[in-house]
Amino acid sequence: MSLWIWLLIACALAYAWKLVGYFVPARLLEDPRMSRVAGTMTIGLLASLTVVNTFATGQSLAADARLGALVAAGVALALRAPFLVVVLAGAGTAALLRILGWN
Amino acid sequence: MNLLASPAVRMGISISIATGLYGVSFGALSVTSGLTFWQTMALSLLLFSGGSQFAFIGVVAGGGSGIAAMSAATLLGMRNGIYGMQLNALLHPTGWRKYVAAQLTIDESTATSSGQTDPAEQRRGFWAAGIGIYVLWNLFTAIGALAGSGLGDPKQWGLDGAAVAAFLGLLWPRLKGREPVAIAVVCAVATVIAVPFVPAGVPILVAAVVAAVIGWFSHGRSDEGLEPDVDPYRDRHHHGRQDSHSPGRLSPGASSDERPGAAE
Repeated sequence: MSLWIWLLIACALAYAWKLVGYFVPARLLEDPRMSRVAGTMTIGLLASLTVVNTFATGQSLAADARLGALVAAGVALALRAPFLVVVLAGAGTAALLRILGWN
Repeated sequence: MNLLASPAVRMGISISIATGLYGVSFGALSVTSGLTFWQTMALSLLLFSGGSQFAFIGVVAGGGSGIAAMSAATLLGMRNGIYGMQLNALLHPTGWRKYVAAQLTIDESTATSSGQTDPAEQRRGFWAAGIGIYVLWNLFTAIGALAGSGLGDPKQWGLDGAAVAAFLGLLWPRLKGREPVAIAVVCAVATVIAVPFVPAGVPILVAAVVAAVIGWFSHGRSDEGLEPDVDPYRDRHHHGRQDSHSPGRLSPGASSDERPGAAE
């Protein structure tokens, strides 16, 4: 149940961010630092989420089949594959490595 | 006029299909991360921002708390405020349209709109991409969620690997140049260092703080990282039909003399 509460708060805050842009006078947000922080935080969060989902299990770190998924996704992206193909490459590689015995 | 004759509408439709389709991967990953069907749908219907939705389920899948998931999703949604500011200057929506436009303000609709130069086309591009993606993203989220709940053990299908690939896919288009790569590496290292010492989910917030500090104190491009997951005008870059100055590149934070509709 508590997950529902945090989920709905996340939805409300996401909408609040979007609305802010339409209602706050442009001058207040014109400081280029604001868009720069929004941009660097986007990069930092996505890099962090990539690493956590690759190496972390709770509070421990491990190199398992997910590392293979990361490499496969990187190769697919370098070859300019569409997003869905990248995701399938990650899933397929992790599944295949597990069949081969690497967890 | 015939709407399909509008380049912005055609672009909006194709970006809707490309983006909507990967709603399948969100839906499937969400239910295998432990969210219910309706929690998954609530994220796509109400939160409606791909990166933040993946962030929320990514933290939950890693054993993080609800508050950590909410925080990661919210911090990642900050850029939509910047897009809203830019779109407000481009489109000047009034009355109820403002509230609807706000919900449809995401990477792709902003990029489709700001990649056009004619104000009417900017408006058509925004609404075509925004409405199209909203409808298809939710439809494909539902399909993915229904398919994912019948999969059994998600690891057997490599769905944790799919999540890794999804995050790298969201990050990749933002890594243009040396600086964003350096920011990504620093934040990745900070995350790895933090994992053993703080509860699951919190390392992501540590990385967010590191990234914010870098952004606040360094002086680089002000639109760093503000790139759509799917660049609507990418094909045009390849064919070189427009000038080489990346016409589809999103630049919400571009200097005010470049920004159409800037109030000065």
